[in-house]
Amino acid sequence: MDLRGKAAICGVGEVGPFRKAGGRTAVDMMLEAGRLAMLDAGLEPPEVDGLLVGPLLVGAPVTLASMMAEYLGLRPTYADIVDLGGATAAGMVWRAAAAIASGAARAVLCLTGEAVDPEAFYTRGVRWAGLPPPEFERPYGPMGANSGYAMIAMRHAYEFGTTDRQRAKVAVDQRQNACANPRALFYGRPITVEEVLESPLIVDPLHLLEIVMPCSGAIAFVVAAPEVARSGPHPPVYLLGFGEKVTHSLPSHALSLTTSPIVYTAKQAFERAGCTPADIDLVSVYDCYTITVIVTLEDAGFCAKGEGGLFVEEHDLTYKGDFPVNTHGGQLSYGQPGLAGGASHVIEAVYQLREEAGERQVKDCQLAFVQGNGGVMSEQVSLILGREP
Amino acid sequence: MTSETPSRPLPRPTAISAPFWRAAAQGKLLLQRCRRCSSFIYYPRPFCPTCLSDDLEWKEASGRGTVYTYTVVRRAATPAFADKVPYVLAIVELEEGPRMLTNIVGCPPEEVSVGMPVRATFEKYSDEVGLVFFRPDEEAGNG
Repeated sequence: MDLRGKAAICGVGEVGPFRKAGGRTAVDMMLEAGRLAMLDAGLEPPEVDGLLVGPLLVGAPVTLASMMAEYLGLRPTYADIVDLGGATAAGMVWRAAAAIASGAARAVLCLTGEAVDPEAFYTRGVRWAGLPPPEFERPYGPMGANSGYAMIAMRHAYEFGTTDRQRAKVAVDQRQNACANPRALFYGRPITVEEVLESPLIVDPLHLLEIVMPCSGAIAFVVAAPEVARSGPHPPVYLLGFGEKVTHSLPSHALSLTTSPIVYTAKQAFERAGCTPADIDLVSVYDCYTITVIVTLEDAGFCAKGEGGLFVEEHDLTYKGDFPVNTHGGQLSYGQPGLAGGASHVIEAVYQLREEAGERQVKDCQLAFVQGNGGVMSEQVSLILGREP
Repeated sequence: MTSETPSRPLPRPTAISAPFWRAAAQGKLLLQRCRRCSSFIYYPRPFCPTCLSDDLEWKEASGRGTVYTYTVVRRAATPAFADKVPYVLAIVELEEGPRMLTNIVGCPPEEVSVGMPVRATFEKYSDEVGLVFFRPDEEAGNG
């Protein structure tokens, strides 16, 4: 399927992130983000005829899409839930484009969000710890995604010699980016490699500052047909290429823990977009942990397999640098408001391609590579977004 | 076998998994094997994910494997593990092929390494439920 230039992101809405939910519900925040995204797109409810909703990780009601549609004044001809963990938002972008290309809808509102207080998240037990089939995992005490990614980092160190300092560099550069993003939870709090390495070991070899912090917030965006997007107040951000692959659920069932399905999804996305990693101006990739970024850069083809650690050490990943990565701070510094964490990578690419990123604007940003990653490197969606169709 | 307080969450055997957990209680590691394509299968399921045949048989595994990767959990995932930290969570690659999540026991966490030969060891919780852990395999590497 060729979706190149068939749809564009033309509106974004961002609520939070907030360190504590403070009485806000996930649904309230998602609705507000949806309202902001439609206003940003210059669209009124009758013009929005598609709705994609991300499931809630905590206390999800059923028939979420119709409930959201009713609140938002929508009567969509296309409505669905997209359930790909952290890859949900990226998965929504190409699903919306496919729906538009098929004629099922002309403007699709995509909603993600979560309300969770970090303390409650840990004391109540992590729902993610019960990834199916829990019968064969829970007796051994896995720590949700934390232990899965720790085991990736351990194996990566074994196969390629990737060091703690190299992983820490990812967190440090992204924190510098967050210091140029007032919305980021860790805005104004730069860190050093030493501080990362001195933070407590949680799951060897990962330290506290290498691990994403769950928080609250919501992100919405509108994907529309090019003629709808061009009639809005902002330059459209076109979908040029995509790739998706789901290979496993349990880390023990990954074909490899050091080579991810991104090898496939990125290749697909670049082929469909007709460009290569060398053409990319902004890399906005899922970063639930430091190691995630290193594996992603390798598998997407920005460097050779096994050289990700060296690559992040030798490049400046900040918005001022020679290889800008996660200029909003990444989820490591922005926070992870549930599935809106994955959406943060999508909307940062939109801000950058529209030249609305303010202090952290990457110069002459024409093409962005976005990666959504769910589970333990199991659900993968690559996107190439650009200014021109 | 020692008697450990079963504070950790224990499996509730299903029609599919009951033979596996019962065997573990008897000190045996069982794997399913597909009679059609000869694949070994872990965790137990109703049919073979390689060829979709439902003609599966139980085979006793050698219990030998190597540590594919591991981590040391230093903060308990749930209160049931609060008295167990730090503990080693590992993915062991069995000699027969499948990989399984488990704990490495019988040595300090700092002695565990990727590639280390390990051997199954069992903990019985009832006649119907035992868990499979792994310990360093002292006999491996000499032969």
